[in-house]
Amino acid sequence: MGGDDIIEVRGLEHVFDGFTAVRGISFTVRKGEIFSFLGPNGAGKSTTINILITLLPLQKGTVRVAGHDVAQEPGRVRESIGIVFQEDVLDRDLTVWETMEFHGRLYSIPRDERRRRIDDLLRVVELDPKRNERTKNLSGGMKRRLQIARGLMTRPKVLFLDEPTQGLDPQTRMRMWEYIRQVNKTGTTIFLTTHYMEEADMLSDRISIIDDGRIIVSGTPDALKNTLGEDVVYLETEDDGKARETLRGVEEVRSIKESPRGLSITISTDGSHCLPRIVERVRGAGIGISSVNLKKPTMDDVFVHYTGRELRDTTG
Amino acid sequence: MAWEFLTVYWREMIRFVRFRTQLFASLLQPALWMAFFGVAMSSNFNRFTSAIPPPPGVFSVDYLTFMAAGVIAMTTLFTSLFGGISLLFDKNWGLMREMLASPMPRTHIMMGVSLSGMTKSFIQVSIIMAFGLLLGVRFFPGFSPVQIAVSVIGIYAFVGVFSLGFLLFSSTISMRLETPEGLQGIITLLTLPIFFVSNALYPIQAFPPILQALSIYNPLTHLVSGIRYFALGSDFFAVGARYTYTTADVLGSFAYLVAFATVMYFLARRTFQRAVVT
Ligand SMILES: Nc1ncnc2c1ncn2[C@@H]1O[C@H](COP(=O)(O)OP(=O)(O)OP(=O)(O)O)[C@@H](O)[C@H]1O
Ligand SMILES: [Mg+2]
Repeated sequence: MGGDDIIEVRGLEHVFDGFTAVRGISFTVRKGEIFSFLGPNGAGKSTTINILITLLPLQKGTVRVAGHDVAQEPGRVRESIGIVFQEDVLDRDLTVWETMEFHGRLYSIPRDERRRRIDDLLRVVELDPKRNERTKNLSGGMKRRLQIARGLMTRPKVLFLDEPTQGLDPQTRMRMWEYIRQVNKTGTTIFLTTHYMEEADMLSDRISIIDDGRIIVSGTPDALKNTLGEDVVYLETEDDGKARETLRGVEEVRSIKESPRGLSITISTDGSHCLPRIVERVRGAGIGISSVNLKKPTMDDVFVHYTGRELRDTTG
Repeated sequence: MAWEFLTVYWREMIRFVRFRTQLFASLLQPALWMAFFGVAMSSNFNRFTSAIPPPPGVFSVDYLTFMAAGVIAMTTLFTSLFGGISLLFDKNWGLMREMLASPMPRTHIMMGVSLSGMTKSFIQVSIIMAFGLLLGVRFFPGFSPVQIAVSVIGIYAFVGVFSLGFLLFSSTISMRLETPEGLQGIITLLTLPIFFVSNALYPIQAFPPILQALSIYNPLTHLVSGIRYFALGSDFFAVGARYTYTTADVLGSFAYLVAFATVMYFLARRTFQRAVVT
């Protein structure tokens, strides 16, 4: 628990009349990072978020957010965070601008500053042309963007995003990732939940896989994938037999298989570090390479490995 | 002093003027009561009660004027009982979680909603008084302009405290209920006894003793008394009964309403502080 941890959770448990939704989880989020909870429906992601943002009372464990205990100083926590809920939390009959104005006033941001931030943020999320549109007339992606803009308005230290891209088309989702990265670059720590593998993989500095109220494993996306080992390099050369000889003795190479479509080389450690050396060696021996391919384990593989099953409902 | 409740108020008022149908219905409804119920009832009541002459020297009030105070009270009651419903919608489909997760003290949510409900009642009351004048309601008989001004303020004060009490009550139930239908059921269940076991439409002097005793505890009775005192004076005759109000009576009624609102405030506050909405 260094001073760089902006969220510290210890032994968190939550029971809904007899049903245990969160079963004693502990984790920390470092200042400035993008941290993800990856898990299937009903894993306990939203429940955890609701406790962290003080909407659910803390039952068991300790939770500190932005330096404040959620049970002791919920007001302080609320001042330091922004939240984009899993479901749309919008007034259908307020306009885009009114939605932002309402939020800014809730947090007592002085008028001029508030108006300036609204203008800036609406421009960032490209909703400027829609500022006088009622929220019920926005598309799903626009609603999400509006809520992200709203969450950012108070310049929170931590922004909680509960399944921010659920139900969005792939293009809009990529754009959303861009926004999230941009926001993170300005220094805002991001706590994200998702059940999309690639989303966790692409965005996060660190991931915790959560299932059935427990954290199963945590780490950087690469570390998680590398623990599975088994990166495979596919190589097509002018002379596969000769290339195979050359690669004997490279420490990380576990095994080499020859097939009509080339060599498949199983690597015992991180394949991406090993790949340049393999290429150099083969080239150094005067053998031309026509194609190189590295296959790393995907988050799907990681998930299956740790939970023993496929991620349910990955399509959203 | 924190002013965030004004933000909640601002939004409620935006919604109030934005929904034209709702807006016009809420403005038209009390006028219709006056126009149909009032006029129809008054022609009947005036026939029955003209048989009983007022005591000499006591000013006699016609039925339409008498019941105008009741219509003001009834409209305030309905509007206030329904006033909390926006919280229920907010909880299920709106901004409740945004508000609860914000640093704004939770009491501000109910205060903002109550303030807007009060404003709506004030608007409705003004309409009834203005429309009543057209129909022949004779409020403020022989009052000087200063007396009229004081009386109007007095009426608004009574309406304000009364509506605050019921708005807070309505907010409390709305926060505890799951569906608008539930609230509707409770309101229907409550309005009948509150409205009819009161002096809104007829004198309570003729009630059976039990109902009479009950009506004394009915906040609506105290609201109607306050309005009649300010609109008709401290001594008048209507529907076959003589009404006299001392200053102590009126202050007592007002104190009763303040006490009612205070109790409702603490109930609502407790409910809001414990509310869990996810
Ligand atoms: N208010 C509640 N009352 C009872 N059970 C609840 C309540 N809220 C959540 N649960 C249960 O707790 C478990 C975890 O729910 P949670 O919403 O945290 O899952 P999640 O990981 O966010 O799932 P999703 O990806 O579907 O959003 C589920 O089994 C759910 O049914
Ligand atoms: Mg969820």
